[in-house]
Amino acid sequence: MSTNAQTVTVEAPVEAPGRRRRKPPLSEGARAERRLGWWLCAPAVIVMLAVTAYPVIYAVWLSLERYNLELPNQVKFIGFANYGAVLTSPYWWEALWVTALITAVSVAITLALGMLLALVMYRTLFGRGTVRTASLVPYGIVTVAAAYGWYYAWTPTQGYLSALFNENAPLTSQFKGIGVIILAEIWKTTPFMGLLLLAGLSLVPEDLQKAAKVDGASGWQRFWRITVPLMKPAILVALLFRTLDSFRIFDNIFILTHGNNGTQSVSILAWDNLFNALNLGIGAAISILIFISVAIIAVIFIKGFGTAAPGTDTERR
Amino acid sequence: MAAISTTPRQKLGWGAANVFVIALALIPVLWMISLSFKTPTAITASSCSKQSGFFQCFFPAQWTWGNYSQILKTATFVRPLLNSIGIGLIATFISVALASMAAYAIARLRFPGKQVLIGMALLIAMFPIIALVTPMFTIERALGLFNTWPGLIIPYVAFGLPLGIYTLSAFFREIPWELEKAAKVDGATPFQAFIRVIAPLAAPGMVTTAILVFLASWNEFLLAISLTSTISARTAPASLAYLSGSSQFTVPTGPIAAAAVVITIPIIIFVLFFQRRIVAGLTSGAVKG
Repeated sequence: MSTNAQTVTVEAPVEAPGRRRRKPPLSEGARAERRLGWWLCAPAVIVMLAVTAYPVIYAVWLSLERYNLELPNQVKFIGFANYGAVLTSPYWWEALWVTALITAVSVAITLALGMLLALVMYRTLFGRGTVRTASLVPYGIVTVAAAYGWYYAWTPTQGYLSALFNENAPLTSQFKGIGVIILAEIWKTTPFMGLLLLAGLSLVPEDLQKAAKVDGASGWQRFWRITVPLMKPAILVALLFRTLDSFRIFDNIFILTHGNNGTQSVSILAWDNLFNALNLGIGAAISILIFISVAIIAVIFIKGFGTAAPGTDTERR
Repeated sequence: MAAISTTPRQKLGWGAANVFVIALALIPVLWMISLSFKTPTAITASSCSKQSGFFQCFFPAQWTWGNYSQILKTATFVRPLLNSIGIGLIATFISVALASMAAYAIARLRFPGKQVLIGMALLIAMFPIIALVTPMFTIERALGLFNTWPGLIIPYVAFGLPLGIYTLSAFFREIPWELEKAAKVDGATPFQAFIRVIAPLAAPGMVTTAILVFLASWNEFLLAISLTSTISARTAPASLAYLSGSSQFTVPTGPIAAAAVVITIPIIIFVLFFQRRIVAGLTSGAVKG
């Protein structure tokens, strides 16, 4: 699939300069179709590039400058000094570690629970609609609103979870704080995972399951030997999306702990440097580092696990 | 549906699993609702300890509408609520319009650069939004877009587009395109065929996409707190964070809970009402790849 995408990208520039003449001339209709295709895509492309590509290039530039909003007269090009400052700072490494921990744990648990949820939704004879309906509630809820719910639930003497588990202010400790953040993430994102996996589950042919059962395979064996391998594409796509989404975690931490007590994620760190320290240069450097981290994760997934990026095979369908 | 035979005992097991899932999904929401009906004194009265009963802690002793009437009287919340609705609707409308055009081209037309466009949309769907905050903050202040509706609408459109292009191109592939040919035979231009014949058929997919894009912008928080500074453009989720800072001496738990319920309940009703469409839309792009 990726080769398919590559050939197209490689072909385009080659085609442009002189070879056009030698190709069979396009019919009037084909040329009109091309033009229409480009015209229809142009507005979307322009908006997407204007909001992402241009700011990212600008962020690269900002990250090479000493630029503090409190000292507007001392803006100066300083090369990679901001990156040096960030990469030698313990805050960056702690934030990166916290983010990686939250991502790994929450994605792993979400995958397991999402699979269970998908199985519950798939296997149940009655109440199937009810489960799906109920599980859409966490999906639809505004993350910030849900985060406040968790925050108050864990507030000592006021919250039911704090009372139930006899916890005294878990949000003020690093370890427990991260635990609460992960819990909030899992609650919010499991339904999405479950729905994606349910759609993958319904692509597994029932006949195969029956045949395996006749051959004496246990339910556990059937799950690992038939269901999971056949669902692999759906699982990997869901994992890729969840991992990248979780890596940018911001809302839950912002409300639950404000990133205090060593619960800061990389996004919170970047935000803090921008809006509390007003240091655009450092903030931009952190943003670029996050961008690179996300790119690395995506490349690992796509190359390493062979995740088919959704939509890339549309040409051949 | 389940073709593998189930014994009554297994049925009971799955039934129990159902109840468990439903409880897990709903209890945190019920907690927020119940909190929003508690009086300020009840909230701070330390009603929750290991000794106090669970129900005594969870549900209000006396119910009050006070928190709701308080927040619905202050511009700190009402104005952001209106901003959220306006920004969300405009961003959704523009996203769906632009995404339908691109998705139509992807699903129907042959033109070079299609794969590049799909790859680009995928990249943007995975984009770490924080990487945009610093440059957008600077750019928007320079252009006078900071703390305005367009200042939020433009990025929301951009992030709605990949979602829209994926969902819509999946829907568009299912449309009976012979009708388009028939229209062309009858003398319609490709553009007329798009507007007159295909657009009405595509409406269900567009509604689904609109719902997903609206939910995404309604939910968005990071850009909303970063690119606004006053209630003139701040959205509802961002205003929650400011309700908490508004009074120094009393913790405004009740008002925040009420505000959280106000911005959540309509969305939940909306989601439940359109659940089939939402599930179809969420899974359309992801699984087929």
